[in-house]
Amino acid sequence: MDGTWTDWLAAALLITGAFFSLVAGVGLVVLPDLLSRMHASAKPQVLGLLLMLTGLALEWGSWPWVPVLVAAWIMQLITAPVASHLISRTGYRTKHARRDLLHRDDLAAQARRVPREPLPATMPDVEGHGPLGDQEER
Amino acid sequence: MTTPLLVAAWAGGALLLIGAVASVYRITKGPSLLDRVVATDVLLVVLSSALVLDMAVRDHTDTVILVLLAAAVGFLGSVTVARFVEDRRPDHPQEENALVPGTSDVPTREEA
Repeated sequence: MDGTWTDWLAAALLITGAFFSLVAGVGLVVLPDLLSRMHASAKPQVLGLLLMLTGLALEWGSWPWVPVLVAAWIMQLITAPVASHLISRTGYRTKHARRDLLHRDDLAAQARRVPREPLPATMPDVEGHGPLGDQEER
Repeated sequence: MTTPLLVAAWAGGALLLIGAVASVYRITKGPSLLDRVVATDVLLVVLSSALVLDMAVRDHTDTVILVLLAAAVGFLGSVTVARFVEDRRPDHPQEENALVPGTSDVPTREEA
């Protein structure tokens, strides 16, 4: 067997990172609705990419490249929750999320209070928004 | 090429390929636009991982800038699409979905 122990460690990290992509793919296929598919898709974005970049850094064995890889991971760590938050919020507001699969729904009471139809003329419209201000935006 | 890197190339490549095929399946199947957006995010990450694997196996640094850029600006498309998704089922009001028995949906006494 050739290869140093850092080679083997890097290979193990790379394969484990790639395994999270497999997990995300399987989750995208088998999970039933938008929110659970998002749960599966976040795994390779953060942990999988971290493992792959660690394996890459071990394989390169060069310190000057480490800040670049750290920057790539930090960028992913910052931006992935932003996208997930907006997608899940839009999915909830536009009824793409299956609410019968949720165990707990903290937005339900608010969603029930917000009228879907335009407000009747008798109801005062505060500052051009609905009764809850910007919360009626969907 | 040393043995562990060969193993990583084939095993990791196979895992990434399955992930990519599964996300392409979800992109084509849908059913909603947001499902496709989520699957596209996964496909982008799988592509970044493939570039990382290639750089590790063949020991070059040519595509590290692509990985960095994909991580930095890859979310902009998702955010843009998510911002402009509309509800095309207005005959299906949120209030009907809202009350699921056995969950916290059921209104408490002071709300009702």
